[in-house]
Amino acid sequence: MKKTITLFINGQRYSHEVEPRLLLVHYLREVVGLTGAHIGCETSTCGACTVLLDGKAVKACTVLAVQADGRFVTTIEGIAANGSLDAVQEAFWNEHALQCGFCTPGMILTAKQLLAREPNPTEEQIRHGLEGNLCRCTGYQHIVNAVQAAASRSGD
Amino acid sequence: MIPDTFDYSAPVTLTEAIELLSSGAKALAGGQSLIPLMKLRLASPQHLVDLSRIPELSGIREENGVLHIGAMTTHYEIESSMLLRSACPLLPQTAGRIGDVQIRNMGTIGGSIAHADPASDYPAALLALDATVRIAGAGGFRTVSYEDLLVDSFLVALEPGEVIVDIMAPVDPPNTGTCYVKAPQAASGFAIVGVAVRAVKSDGVVSSARVGVTGLAAKPFRARSVEQALGGTRGTDADITRAAALVGDGVDANSDLHASADYRKHLAEVYLRRALRAALI
Amino acid sequence: MATTTTKSPALLVGQSLRRREDPRLITGTATYVDDVKMPGMHHACILRSPHAAARIRGIRTSRALEMPGVVAVFTGEDVAHLGPVPCGAALPGLRVPAHTVLARDRVYYVGHPVAVVVATDRYLAADALDAIEVDWEPLPAVADPEKALEPGSPAVHPEWPDNIAFTYKQEGGDVDKAFAEADVVVRQRLVNQRLIPVAMETRGVVAEWKPGDRQLTLYTSTQIPHLVRTLVAGMLKMPENRLRVVAPEVGGGFGSKLNVYAEEALMAFVAMKIGKPVKWIESRRENFVATIHGRGHVDYYEVAAKRDGTILGIKLKLIQDIGAYHQLLTPAIPTLSILMMPGLYKCKNVRADLIGVFTNCTPTDAYRGAGRPEATYGIERMVDILAAELQMDPAEIRFKNFVGSGEFPYQTATGLSYDSGDYAAPLRKALETVSYKTLREEQRKAREAGRLIGIGISTYGEICALGPSASLPCGGWESATVKIEPGGQVTVLTGISPHGQGEETTFAQIVADELGVSIDDVVVLHGDTSLVQYGIGTFGSRNTAIGGTALYFALQDLKEKLKKFGAMLLESDDVVWNRGRCVCMKSGKEVTLPEIAAASYRAMKLPENTDPGLVATRFWEPPNFTFPFGAHIVVTEVDSETGAVQILRYVAVDDCGKIINPLLVRGQIHGGVVQALGQVFYEHAVYDENGQLVTGELTDYAVPKASYIPAIESYHTETPSPVNPLGVKGVGEAGTIGCTPAAVNSVVDALSHLGVRHIDMPLTPEKIWKVIQDRRTA
Repeated sequence: MKKTITLFINGQRYSHEVEPRLLLVHYLREVVGLTGAHIGCETSTCGACTVLLDGKAVKACTVLAVQADGRFVTTIEGIAANGSLDAVQEAFWNEHALQCGFCTPGMILTAKQLLAREPNPTEEQIRHGLEGNLCRCTGYQHIVNAVQAAASRSGD
Repeated sequence: MIPDTFDYSAPVTLTEAIELLSSGAKALAGGQSLIPLMKLRLASPQHLVDLSRIPELSGIREENGVLHIGAMTTHYEIESSMLLRSACPLLPQTAGRIGDVQIRNMGTIGGSIAHADPASDYPAALLALDATVRIAGAGGFRTVSYEDLLVDSFLVALEPGEVIVDIMAPVDPPNTGTCYVKAPQAASGFAIVGVAVRAVKSDGVVSSARVGVTGLAAKPFRARSVEQALGGTRGTDADITRAAALVGDGVDANSDLHASADYRKHLAEVYLRRALRAALI
Repeated sequence: MATTTTKSPALLVGQSLRRREDPRLITGTATYVDDVKMPGMHHACILRSPHAAARIRGIRTSRALEMPGVVAVFTGEDVAHLGPVPCGAALPGLRVPAHTVLARDRVYYVGHPVAVVVATDRYLAADALDAIEVDWEPLPAVADPEKALEPGSPAVHPEWPDNIAFTYKQEGGDVDKAFAEADVVVRQRLVNQRLIPVAMETRGVVAEWKPGDRQLTLYTSTQIPHLVRTLVAGMLKMPENRLRVVAPEVGGGFGSKLNVYAEEALMAFVAMKIGKPVKWIESRRENFVATIHGRGHVDYYEVAAKRDGTILGIKLKLIQDIGAYHQLLTPAIPTLSILMMPGLYKCKNVRADLIGVFTNCTPTDAYRGAGRPEATYGIERMVDILAAELQMDPAEIRFKNFVGSGEFPYQTATGLSYDSGDYAAPLRKALETVSYKTLREEQRKAREAGRLIGIGISTYGEICALGPSASLPCGGWESATVKIEPGGQVTVLTGISPHGQGEETTFAQIVADELGVSIDDVVVLHGDTSLVQYGIGTFGSRNTAIGGTALYFALQDLKEKLKKFGAMLLESDDVVWNRGRCVCMKSGKEVTLPEIAAASYRAMKLPENTDPGLVATRFWEPPNFTFPFGAHIVVTEVDSETGAVQILRYVAVDDCGKIINPLLVRGQIHGGVVQALGQVFYEHAVYDENGQLVTGELTDYAVPKASYIPAIESYHTETPSPVNPLGVKGVGEAGTIGCTPAAVNSVVDALSHLGVRHIDMPLTPEKIWKVIQDRRTA
């Protein structure tokens, strides 16, 4: 039986009738049309689908859309305010923290939450904080550099 | 990699939830174990009852020296709770080692212990804390020790229609040392072996020591022989080494792709030594 | 016409520019295959064999067809008219099994596609998959290549009971004499385990058929859109100009998308059959069994040497696990290992015996490095084993055997001509960086204190810029078209198909420097066969060395034409091209590139024998491979209680020729090294005796996470290649090639005083713990 859900995504209200089994990531990608969250596995391992749910990083492939009813979702499409990049996006660009880009939206959102919780993380904290996001291209080092750069920038 | 169809309810009261669960529905907590199983169609419940909208299942509070942790409290809330960090640091330390940050943001303690994965982290800590669990059902509330709740791999002593309400653990008395260490399986992050220790010293002597072990056997367990060996000692390195050597005695250790039984037993001993040193020295 | 001269801006080649492809990627607005949406699009799911070997006694699709939303189910019979999944590699006597798009009466590996279900919705297609009924008769299977060679082993393909796919021999010099004269011979069996590439984006295909135009478009996550077009058109028996292949944004390949897969032809077939666009997105679980695996060698090495460490001869028996079928390049991969057998050393006597063995497993094929990491691992492990035997320092034995910097071009015993190099330079630099002597002293002291510290060195050479056409199963050249638009902006169409390597940036750097235009006026396009002239694609570290060179020559052509128009406009014969302007040497007058562009398209007047417009296309055939090289040093500490290894330091000194963008080169090195560290410590595609993939999910197959990996210190020496005018060599695979032996050498070094000589990858804590236990009880 379908359920009507209402979500606030990137500041906009969306209401749809959905099957309970619809995964949040498919809801965002197929129903709402926000394809920035990617699907890299089905075991909640890779983190490519990471979005912020009520400000917390979650794997949208392991959340049902109905679980997010009435809640706030931020996707990669929603973090550049008025066309100017978020500090973490900018740092990822400057530090060459991405290659194929598939993991990048999830990585950036996890990094954003990491910095919200710990504005001046050590390298070790960054590396542990990104354990839920796999990247096969960069070897992570430039990602770590980017998070450090974003931290020092927002600390200015 | 799509779940099969199911009905979904999100009750806002415990009574309503119990009613639904009594009619054969399955509880959905954070979904971090259940949803992947459903996607792989290894689980196909017909009706899911989402417990996240029931206020009394969430939150952490202290009452008369006892900590109450709502079943729907997330691992992250436990990890970051200032109250727990001072009153019972073993739990935040353990919660912080679960999976990854996204899983800790969604996953709940109640969901985790009800799922009863024998390689999950909480069992070690909850056994070491001698935690109790309050369960609600059609007939009201009952409280059981966590140890009794645990029946086997992926099996807990919950009747149909029952739901875990909260988990209770005592506030650490003074001179308590605790530690959780684990050898994570590199791919999944689950514990190949995880060891939790809670030891209390008075007048330089170990007055109480409890050890919980996860990952080693089909069912997480209290290492009572280790506890007895430590009790009454001064908790020196030699005492620790002697006691830790007992952890695998008589244990039918798991063996799988990621670690043989012998290695698991060995790791349990090494990690227990390390945890005991951290807690006692 | 301006007559002022401005100061030349700094050249961009050599600068660490941030990438021009990133804005779409960091904002989530890039289009990967799964982001392609079309009106009326249907979704396909593929039923795959759960058995490693089985007869299909029957398939019943009726129940699936009755499921909601299902429009079709197709099985092997339905696609029997399609051509086989192609194997492009040719070796004498190669046995090529009939590789049909869907299995017909028999399956040969877990994951073998059996049927496809098509529905209006991806969820409904998934539901219907469970309703297809297959009557299986499981058969005995074999998953281990050495077991497959044993008499009496199950035959993967009944027509070849010995399971031998091919044999191949190569010999140079006089190996028997070298071994007869040797003071010492060391022997070791080395396993290069099967790996799963795990590009973060799985494969996926969207097929759209427009019957009115008789045009089929395939969006596919590939590294080689043009080769896919040629080969899939062949499978479909369709004229090639009726097929358009688009590689949209591709989420990583690492060789796993350097292929032509059954699903590409299958989706084309489905789209044409149902008359609707169709999308298939591989699940990760499918990806683990249905996309090629890498490595899968068992190597038996013998190295003969003089007492002073001079290497005299190398023998190798190489057993390559093929899997059940040949994919595009499967048999060619181990032949690359053989070409690289001698590494950087002056050994003129080599003999290799290669056996390709069928197993009931997923086919192996190119995975980052493709044959070269295996070869480097072999020679660099053997050199360490030899050094240990002779009680020589592992750095010293390498210095002793290197091809000298004055010996280039150097002819190897395997028939290669090494282009340029100073092999000792990166090793010297790496040794200095880690303060090698002091480090050895610290290691000695640590050992006395009971700590297990290891120092591992590898020096590697690689074959890059694949490659001359004669050496490849497909063309080895590359193409570029450069268009200066009427407004003066520059559009590049390149035949390579980058998917993270960054050529939209590095190629724009080259264009900006050559033409003297602003980099912001340059757009680099790729990956669409209807847009780009034919090209070969992205693999074998070839993008810049071949694709960049084609671009370079097209730019030279254009500059000539610009000068002709400039001379005409300046009414002078004595003109030069200087940073975006054509300058008359006599008068000092100039015309700018936009002025020339406008004049060339307006064509009021044309220089003699010159066509209007400013477009140049070059197809460039390289005369040789390039041969990058380098030295990696890894310092590790082994936890003697648990066997866990901690990397204390990782120093990489790589020489990839001239560097266009140092930031991007570092990114390639980091990524390659970490992928290799995955092989060293974590990754292994484990099959059980029945041919079931035990590590069939990311929860059982560990790829490196951020916290597992140390910071990599990346340095360079820069020896230009004479093979191309840019002097570039290639860097995409260097990290995976240099790393594995350095890391394993390091761990073995940490345990060497216990008598440990070798441990096979992956170096899991348990394996190391067991080795320590065994040694201590021995």
